[in-house]
Amino acid sequence: MTDKVLVIAEHNSQYPAVDTLRTLQAAQSLHSDIDVMVIGYGCEAVAEALRTCQGIDRVWLADDAVYEHHLAENMAELIADVGKDYRHILAPATTFGKNLLPRVAALLDVGQLSDVVEIESADTVVRPIYAGNALCRVKSLDAIKVMTIRSSAFASVSTQGGNAQVSALEQVIKSTQSQFIERQQAQSERPQLGAARVVVSGGRGLGSKQQFQLVEQLADKLGGAIGASRAAVDAGFVSNDLQVGQTGKIVAPELYIAVGISGAIQHVAGMKDSKVIVAINSDPDAPIFQLADYGLVGDLFEIMPKLIDAL
Amino acid sequence: MKVLVAIKRVVDAYVKVRVKSDGSGVETNNVKMAINPFCEIAVEEAIRLREAGSADEVVVVSIGALACQEQLRTALALGADRAIHIETEQVPEPLSVAKLLHAVMEKEQPGLVLLGKQSIDTDNNQVAQMLAALSGRPQGTFASAVQVQGQDVMVTREIDGGLETLKLNLPAIISTDLRLNEPRYASLPNIMKAKRKPMEVLSAESLGVTLIQHQQVLEVMSPPQRRAGIVVSGVDELVDKLRNEAKVID
Repeated sequence: MTDKVLVIAEHNSQYPAVDTLRTLQAAQSLHSDIDVMVIGYGCEAVAEALRTCQGIDRVWLADDAVYEHHLAENMAELIADVGKDYRHILAPATTFGKNLLPRVAALLDVGQLSDVVEIESADTVVRPIYAGNALCRVKSLDAIKVMTIRSSAFASVSTQGGNAQVSALEQVIKSTQSQFIERQQAQSERPQLGAARVVVSGGRGLGSKQQFQLVEQLADKLGGAIGASRAAVDAGFVSNDLQVGQTGKIVAPELYIAVGISGAIQHVAGMKDSKVIVAINSDPDAPIFQLADYGLVGDLFEIMPKLIDAL
Repeated sequence: MKVLVAIKRVVDAYVKVRVKSDGSGVETNNVKMAINPFCEIAVEEAIRLREAGSADEVVVVSIGALACQEQLRTALALGADRAIHIETEQVPEPLSVAKLLHAVMEKEQPGLVLLGKQSIDTDNNQVAQMLAALSGRPQGTFASAVQVQGQDVMVTREIDGGLETLKLNLPAIISTDLRLNEPRYASLPNIMKAKRKPMEVLSAESLGVTLIQHQQVLEVMSPPQRRAGIVVSGVDELVDKLRNEAKVID
């Protein structure tokens, strides 16, 4: 076994996801050589983009039609086979990484460290539990440490200055038990929620899908992404992939503006590490005000248009 | 088809937990406990599959101390047919839970296994995927729609950026997301009836599983506290503070 780290790249066949670049940054704190694995179909451009990232030794490229839709069953088998020679296997704690990596860990008969926010040493990490209301320092006793990385806790690695070698992986593992049917991708011109500098989130207080446009207008004015509480998603104001919280996206932007959001434990879990938090709410006792750096109490239908105008 | 549902006893979702001062964990004494919300959704889905004629038996299983029989009884009151309690004093890690559930799968031969996508205490999001790996079966994680079609199951998954639909061969392992369904409440007559439904008690040894420690918790800490904020008087003051004090907007 080598001392190396293997990072599983998340990508869209064109370029690596920002979560991959942040996972690579986390991998750097292990102070050993880093190999990256790109699995997909027609994804040479991703391997090429990763080749020049800082600090990478080798890019493994498994490019075949069987990997087109990133199914967990055959991908996990491939990763476990390549990964058994590594000391660490890392992937971003996105739905991609969360779906895949525990399956890899079980194939290797090791545990997994989920949603790591800090790497202290080769075997000890910090991760949040109880919706982020506690932090757990945990030591892995396994020979291979499998972990998913919380993107919002790490910066991106530089995409320049590296010169890694690209090596093709020829193993073709068919997926016989699962079949991709369709994907409905939400289209948006706005910055990605997980990577945005500014996030404006709306909750039940917006009242309707039409009125949620106030959140969108403010986000656009600030060049930010939009997010939502579970209540706003369940009410149909926005699609579920914009949910911020314990079970949705975890974000830590420079500025987070919560509009008409009470601040339930589950929502707070997804945004409490934002640098500056602003809360706009009509209820002065809403728990969100205990967290906000700047709170504004009042009718958000009066406040929001004024705020959009003032920027 | 038999549906196996795994449920976990956790601290109630509305309780704000306190970290113990000795750093050994969070305070769970005299704290309200409940079925993990995602597991409740899994139980509900299993019952709906039976009501729709896709399943004929719903078996719930939970792992832990004697107290988790309380949550199994709740699941029986919601409509599950029988329960299996795997009694352990230690709290097993996800891989051990997956191994225990795999042993139950071998014994019960379910056509479908439903689990929650994560438990709200340890927030791991691992067991379903691990169980799928150990049993060599396909997985449908973070499901927001499940439809059994003959020998297959169609699963719509909540993924970053949208939704994805997969077709899985049965038996399959599915983990539930929040929007799969809205769990029902147990009625009083059903709570009474649940007391007479069968509950089998097993041990890790009886299932031939050795619980191995893969991880050691060194310390549980409180997260850093945020500095107290201020309430501003109006939009102008807010914009001024963001621009000149916090310097987060131009």
